[in-house]
Amino acid sequence: MPDFVLTSSMLEKSKNILVNSLINAGVRTVLLIDSAGNILVNLGQTADEIDAISLAALAAANLGATAQIAKLIGEDDFTLLFHKGKNGNINFGRIGNDLILITIFGEDVSLGLVRCRITDISESLRIIFEG
Amino acid sequence: MALIDLSKKEVHCKIVYYGAGRCGKTTNLLYIYNAMNTKNRGKMLTIDTKGDRTLFFDLLPLNLGKISGFDIRIQLYTVPGQVMYAATRKLVLKGVDGIVFVADPLRVRKERNKESLEDLRKNLKDYHLNLDEMPLVMQYNKRDLADTPIPTLTIAELEDDLNKELKRKYFEAIAIKGNGVFETLKEISKQTVHQVAVKHLLTTL
Ligand SMILES: Nc1nc2c(ncn2[C@@H]2O[C@H](COP(=O)(O)OP(=O)(O)OP(=O)(O)O)[C@@H](O)[C@H]2O)c(=O)[nH]1
Ligand SMILES: [Mg+2]
Repeated sequence: MPDFVLTSSMLEKSKNILVNSLINAGVRTVLLIDSAGNILVNLGQTADEIDAISLAALAAANLGATAQIAKLIGEDDFTLLFHKGKNGNINFGRIGNDLILITIFGEDVSLGLVRCRITDISESLRIIFEG
Repeated sequence: MALIDLSKKEVHCKIVYYGAGRCGKTTNLLYIYNAMNTKNRGKMLTIDTKGDRTLFFDLLPLNLGKISGFDIRIQLYTVPGQVMYAATRKLVLKGVDGIVFVADPLRVRKERNKESLEDLRKNLKDYHLNLDEMPLVMQYNKRDLADTPIPTLTIAELEDDLNKELKRKYFEAIAIKGNGVFETLKEISKQTVHQVAVKHLLTTL
């Protein structure tokens, strides 16, 4: 896994996409991280409200563990990972080989909508970061 | 896998404390956490511990200040040392940039130390990384036990068991008291940041 060099242009392009499709749809927080747990993009709720570093580390480990579980039962990977809470929901999705898109949203936004939007933007995001 | 953020001028590196169960990895992080200024460290995340055994990992984010205009952010991780957590250990190693190998001096742990180093080498290989080319520091911990009746390994024996071919810098440590903890951290940070800088020709770093 090579090091990752994040440029201003990557950041700007991806932020535009994420704001237009997710934040404007009512998603509270969007985090784009790599599978080592580094945060590439952090949008929405500010860093004070959410411990983004811990969240990213746990999400990366969680998806790594999920992939292992998939292998144990003969699957390649599970494509969707979702946790539902009382006030918020969190969805994890893979982008390309090495990125994970985390979205946190309330009851006012439907999971279906979030997933559709993520599907729509996955490829553009992948191209920005992985070329 | 370091992250170099050119827009925020930040470099993020991942350093993993590796070693057999109970060798003192979590103790290193706890000491650093307690000794560092809150301005320069984030929250320490310790998940899923059972008693004091790590079941998943510990994480401590640090801010090591600026080098040539780049903010150096380091994330320290520990792996669970116990043999049965092989899968978790490998997960934590993903994207590692630098390693501290902590060795336990108890004579009864002699083989465990060697197995752990082999396990590290193999896990890195699965990620297409070569231990011989990684930033790596050895820490010979629990040196206080050398003055007790408990049978312990000498530094020469530890060197012979673990570092004969690698020939890396080593530090003697008493992690519970903090001896050697920051010396280890400083050296591995230096090596790791240097490697990232060289790789990306950030000649300014
Ligand atoms: N005497 C002595 N004991 C130590 C020292 N460092 C750590 N210990 C003790 O060793 C035990 C294990 O330390 P941990 O830091 O939890 O070990 P670990 O490597 O994180 O273990 P796992 O999480 O199981 O992999 C604890 O009881 C520590 O207090 C030391 O320098 N001297
Ligand atoms: Mg531990």
